[in-house]
This record gives sequence, C-alpha cells and structure tokens, in this order.
Amino acid sequence: MELHFDQELAQLKERLLLMSSLTEQSVAQALKALVQRDDALAKKVDADDDALDRLQVEIDDRCIRLLALRQPLARDLRLITMAMKICTDMERIGDQASGIARRALELNSQPELKPLVDIPRMGEICQSMIRDVLDAFVYAKPELARQVIQRDEQVDHLNKQLQRELTSFMIEDPGTITRALVLMRVARNLERIGDHATNIAEEVVYLYEARDIRHQHADRP
Amino acid sequence: MDNTDGKPIVEISGLNFWYGSKQALFDINLGIAPNRATAFIGPSGCGKSTLLRCLNRMNDLNDEQRIEGIITMHGVDIRAPEVDVIELRKRVGMVFQKSNPFPKSIFENVAYGLRIQGKNKKADLEERIEASLRRAALWEEVKDRLHDSALALSGGQQQRLCIARTIAVEPDVVLMDEPCSALDPTATAKIEELIQNLKKFYTIVIVTHNMQQATRCSDFTAFFYLGRLVEFDTTERIFTNPANKQTEDYITGRFG
Repeated sequence: MELHFDQELAQLKERLLLMSSLTEQSVAQALKALVQRDDALAKKVDADDDALDRLQVEIDDRCIRLLALRQPLARDLRLITMAMKICTDMERIGDQASGIARRALELNSQPELKPLVDIPRMGEICQSMIRDVLDAFVYAKPELARQVIQRDEQVDHLNKQLQRELTSFMIEDPGTITRALVLMRVARNLERIGDHATNIAEEVVYLYEARDIRHQHADRP
Repeated sequence: MDNTDGKPIVEISGLNFWYGSKQALFDINLGIAPNRATAFIGPSGCGKSTLLRCLNRMNDLNDEQRIEGIITMHGVDIRAPEVDVIELRKRVGMVFQKSNPFPKSIFENVAYGLRIQGKNKKADLEERIEASLRRAALWEEVKDRLHDSALALSGGQQQRLCIARTIAVEPDVVLMDEPCSALDPTATAKIEELIQNLKKFYTIVIVTHNMQQATRCSDFTAFFYLGRLVEFDTTERIFTNPANKQTEDYITGRFG
C-alpha cells in the first residue's frame, strides 16, 4: 500500500524536477541568445524567470507544510530539507541566467568584440553540471553528484582565464572596455551557476548518504 | 555524546526470554548509560516492554516465564539468589502507562515506599515528600492540599504523583512504560520536560510508541523488532540516519 505521505513526497520531487528542467532551459537559452545575438530569446529568458520564482515559493510552501503536518524523520527529513535548499539554488541559477540574458541584450546593441569561445565552453560545462546533478537527484546517484563537484574546478579555471584575457583586451584597446566588462560579468554569472550546481550536488550527497561534504575542498573526492 | 559515554549502569548480555514455549526476546545485548534517558521503540509485540520488565524482575510475577542470559546493575547480577527482589525494585522504580495512585492522600501516596522502609518520622517524611514532589514538578500544584485524595488529581497530575512516589525512595533507575499514552499533549509535554530534569538524578529507560517523544526526551534509542534488538545508537543518529533499513522504515512510518 502506498502511503499518502509517499504520494506527497513524489509530488514534491515532481515539482523540483519541473523547476530544474526550466532552470536548465533558461541557462541554455540565455547562452544561445548571447552567442547567436538573439534579442527576442534574451527577452524571453528574462520574462521566464518569474515562473522559477513562483515555483520556489510553491516548493518552499509544500516543504513547510510537510514538515509541520508529517513530522518527517531520517531520509524523509533529508528529502524535504534538501528540497528547500535545492530549490533556492535553482532559483539563483535562474537569476544568473536572466543576468546573462540582460547582458546579451547590452552586447547585441554593439559590434562583436571577439568570437566567443571560452564562454560557450563554460556554458556547456555548467549545463552538463545542472543536467547531471538533476540525474543524480532523480536516480539517487550520489557518485554522479560528486563528479559534478569536481567539474566546478574547470568552470573556475575558465573564468580566471577569461578575466585575464579580457583584461589584456582592455589594456590594449580602451575602446573595448565597456564590452569586455560586460563579458567579464557573463563569465562571473556562469561561475556562480557552477557554484550553485555544486551546492545542489552537495545537497544530493547529503540526501542519499546523510554525509555533509560542504567546505571540505582539500579532501574532495 | 556516544555509546561509550560513561560505564553502563545496567548491562544486558545474551538475554533470551520465553513466555511458556513462546520466545519473546532473542540474544539481547545492551548497555544502559547512567544519568541518560534511553528509549525502547518498536511495533507492538516486539519485546520492548518485556525487556523493560526484566530490568526490575517484574516478569518474576509470571509463572510461565523462562529467562537466560545476564543482567547486571552496577556489575551485580540482578538474578543472583542473594539479590532481594524488593530491594532491587526499590533501586529500579517503575512508572506505568496508566497512572495508578493508591486511594489515599497525595501525601500518603508519596510516603508509601518510605513507610515500608520504616521511615515514619514526620519531619523526615515531610522533607522527602516535598523534595520528591518538587522533582516531579507537582509541588506547586498540590502543596496546599497534600492531604486530599490523590484520586481527585487530573490524569497528568496523577502520573506526576506516580513519578514522585517512584523517586521518593531514591532509585538509581526509573523505568517508564509508555508514561504519556493516556495523557493530553499539555500533560505529555510536562512529563517529557520532567524526564529531561530527572536525568540529573536518575537513569531513565522509557518505552514509547511515540517517535517524537523518543526524539524529544531520550539520549539513546534502541529499536526492537520481533524480539530482537535491531539497532541501538544515539537518538540523534537513529532518527536522522539509522544504519538499518528496518529501523528507517519503522521510524518513517513505512511499517509496524
């Protein structure tokens, strides 16, 4: 017999999945709007952020209700508390995606500074992190979540490389400063997305292994 | 806090127990930490109350019982022939599911065990009774009517009176068999608060069907199923990340 409580937990997971897929889509579309200089798509990403905000409120509300009415323990308690954290991180990823979209609009109004290479690469890694952490959550695979955490180093590395490259652009030609600064902020947005995906990965490990692996950079797997 | 915190006051090793031909407990090994509350949880018929009753030999009252294994208290086998059962039950007091005050005054209920011990001096009795009622968080409510019938008290007050009666004889261990199952939430909260305070003076073992009660007032939790001790650990660990799947299924309401 399936418990009512199990059905409620399944619904909670479903809403989180919906939120994750919308988040993933926002990041993909924001990058596409930037690379393909597509104003219409950039505006859509910014507008879609409302849906993520609403989902965050709804999921938090569900969680608080379940905590109050069901007094969950052990794995149920971890699922509900982590759902609250995961949806916060998802919402922040959505904010970063709309940041990228707004920056795309700024850049699209000016001539292209340079063909984008590293930013799409960072974007791809970030998207793969979101996808995999989602799979890790759905299919209860904490080992996959641990791989996501490792991948964040590549994102950080690319971000630093970009900051250096764009700095030298600005030194060489002050006419590029405005655009280079915008691109730096895009790289920073992506770096933050990597951080939030890492947070979610840590939350997934906690959910399934009951082990808190935050702030242990030295002995990360 | 961990399992090794303090040498156990009660140690149960290789305990098997039968009611007639039916075995109720299988090879139980467990240490009860002093000045801590240990909760026994598990579905009905899992043996938790049977084990509790072994600790003060309440099961002796049942002719059909058979027991194997060793239970020591302060290192002494409580089933050794030289052990006086009355003395044992003084040191291991018990509070039951349904409050059972004697049909006497509040004062005489608490004085009962003391009088049996031959303590009849009025001044001493009064002092001990006030101290016991204070420890049981009942003094303020009854100090002006100590000679009224105990049966006039509310259910929650009666249960606290039973606790006062139990602790009046200064036991080492207090066994509680679902002490709140007949009480309303306010009275339950008072007893739970009381358990936290009583730990300073006594070792508490509590049988409960209420998971939240176990989380609120115990330091260690033992989960029993079908007469076996499935898992024993700190309460925090049992209720956040139990090692055993049966434990997790039980505490999260998936079976039992």
